[in-house]
Amino acid sequence: MSIEVMLKEFQEIAYSPKKQLAAFKAEGKKVIGVLPYYAPEELVYAAGMVPMGIWGSNKKTISRAKEYCATFYCTIAQLALEMLLDGTMDELDGLITPTICDTLRPMSQNFRVSIGQKIPTIFLAHPQNRFAPFGIQFCVDQYNNVKKDLEKICGHEISNESIQNAIKVYNASRAARREFVKLANEHCDVVTPTLRSAVLKASFFMLKDVYTEKLNALNAELAALPVCNWKGVKIVTSGIICDNPALLQIFEENNIAIAADDVAHETRSFRTDAPEDEADPIRALALQFTAMDYDILLFDPKSNENRRGEFVANLVKESGAQGLVLFMQQFCDPEEMEYPYLKKALDAAGIPHIKLGVDQQMRDFGQARTAIQAFADVVAL
Amino acid sequence: MKDIYTLGIDIGSTASKCVILKNGTEIAAKSLISVGAGTSGPQRAIEDVLENAGMTHDDMAYVLATGYGRNSLDHVADKQMSELSCHAQGAYFLFPDVRTVIDIGGQDVKILRVENGNLINFQMNDKCAAGTGRFLDVMARVLEVKVEDLGALSAQSTKHVGISSTCTVFAESEVISQLAQATDKRDIIKGIHTSVAGRVAGLAHRVGIQDKVVMTGGVAQNTGIVSALEEQLEHEVFTSPLTQYVGALGAAVFAYRLYQKENKA
Repeated sequence: MSIEVMLKEFQEIAYSPKKQLAAFKAEGKKVIGVLPYYAPEELVYAAGMVPMGIWGSNKKTISRAKEYCATFYCTIAQLALEMLLDGTMDELDGLITPTICDTLRPMSQNFRVSIGQKIPTIFLAHPQNRFAPFGIQFCVDQYNNVKKDLEKICGHEISNESIQNAIKVYNASRAARREFVKLANEHCDVVTPTLRSAVLKASFFMLKDVYTEKLNALNAELAALPVCNWKGVKIVTSGIICDNPALLQIFEENNIAIAADDVAHETRSFRTDAPEDEADPIRALALQFTAMDYDILLFDPKSNENRRGEFVANLVKESGAQGLVLFMQQFCDPEEMEYPYLKKALDAAGIPHIKLGVDQQMRDFGQARTAIQAFADVVAL
Repeated sequence: MKDIYTLGIDIGSTASKCVILKNGTEIAAKSLISVGAGTSGPQRAIEDVLENAGMTHDDMAYVLATGYGRNSLDHVADKQMSELSCHAQGAYFLFPDVRTVIDIGGQDVKILRVENGNLINFQMNDKCAAGTGRFLDVMARVLEVKVEDLGALSAQSTKHVGISSTCTVFAESEVISQLAQATDKRDIIKGIHTSVAGRVAGLAHRVGIQDKVVMTGGVAQNTGIVSALEEQLEHEVFTSPLTQYVGALGAAVFAYRLYQKENKA
């Protein structure tokens, strides 16, 4: 199969999650909706069910969700609720609602109140003090609660062996995505920003073993190509999500390729593996969470050292990018509050950057187009 | 040697501007129509500038479009560029020692750091009308005064009135509330200018202010905004009678350079 066909297949899956959901249900599978961030999807997979990521929508507008949400909730959370209310996701058998950010915490209760009667909602609270033994134990306890709730939905016990197998499947998938990100940088003439986003987005709508097999095939084909001699600009993207094709198209129009990313919906979600040698697989998943670092949403005891800012600045340098574009989700408090630190680190490293204010209801990107085009001019100097 | 004429077209959200440049150094003609993207303004501005110059489109060696509506001119322009680069270049044409450009447009605010006419860094406002030309339009409408009179009226202010810089909608409510309390319009206008200047200054500090500071765009004609900015930035702010044409002027300069480059090639 040609690279073009493979990329097209990922794109079709990324743009049609409802079709994927219907296909899983037609196969008799149970499907669990998984909201951001860092839910242990492995438990869903181990239960023989399908986890599907819910990261808002670029096609819908907020209407029914306004009944439950404050105006300052980010559109990702509000549009997730909108789709749960308007019937788009009626076929879900359950919903996991993590609560690591200040919006998702109250939203978990909004989900429960609004659709809890229709779809079982599973509350998940990650520990912010995640390094100490008590933090790890808290995470283990939470994951065991999630496991028990999932067992009620799937109707059988989730064995340790099946969780251990799921960890291996997910680690392989994370490794494949990390490899793809590297190859996408080397072959940015083939893997455009739009296609790169689609390939990574598709992972949220497929069973991970199927996705990984498909991605490994694509990676093998990409690896066989000569590394491209990119004449345009290369950037690193940062933010919660940047998957809107209309916005990514602007990068392509200005010969801007994505060398790497620091995006929650992309690399931040597959940066850290779970240990495979832990006797207790639930603890292994908890250890994976506690090992996560350089993340806006997670507590950093050494935050005054601005480690994350330096980490992102180094990512730009190491990936060969000339600058960084930050997709600032409107009303995303963690990203807004962290921005001065990130800016400071990027300025100190001499890395040009721009901040694009976005939300998922945007349909016109005139201002972003101007900023991206001007940024290409600045970086090309 | 034959003279080279290039045309720069700047289609903003509220006005359409054109400049014809002779040999990249001399303004041969200019035009301005007070409606922008999505209206008859662009076409009328082009027709006007050609008429003013006594020329036709065929006499233009290179045409470059900029501004919010630049993408709608593919049938007229040889190339399009962002208005940020064009404002930097246009300001450099008028003020060769410019280092900082403040452009308050109809729907956004841009702060540009410039070196030798090149754009080296910039900041734009968030997705919000506060601090933009649109903000001033809304406030002028509420106050029942003409936008062009705002500067002179604010100069007559005698009392400080605080107006929110957070949001156009909230600020409009505040202005209505002040009017209901019979506050002098001139004091309210001064408060509005201070509010806009505060927001713009905050953005400018992210880029870093370096002299010479030049303000471009239609709002630069508002002397109240300029003086409020000078106060907040603690830097002298320079403007030009050609302030509304700076984007189009920069586009015409780039058009000349591109013509030269392509002809050499």
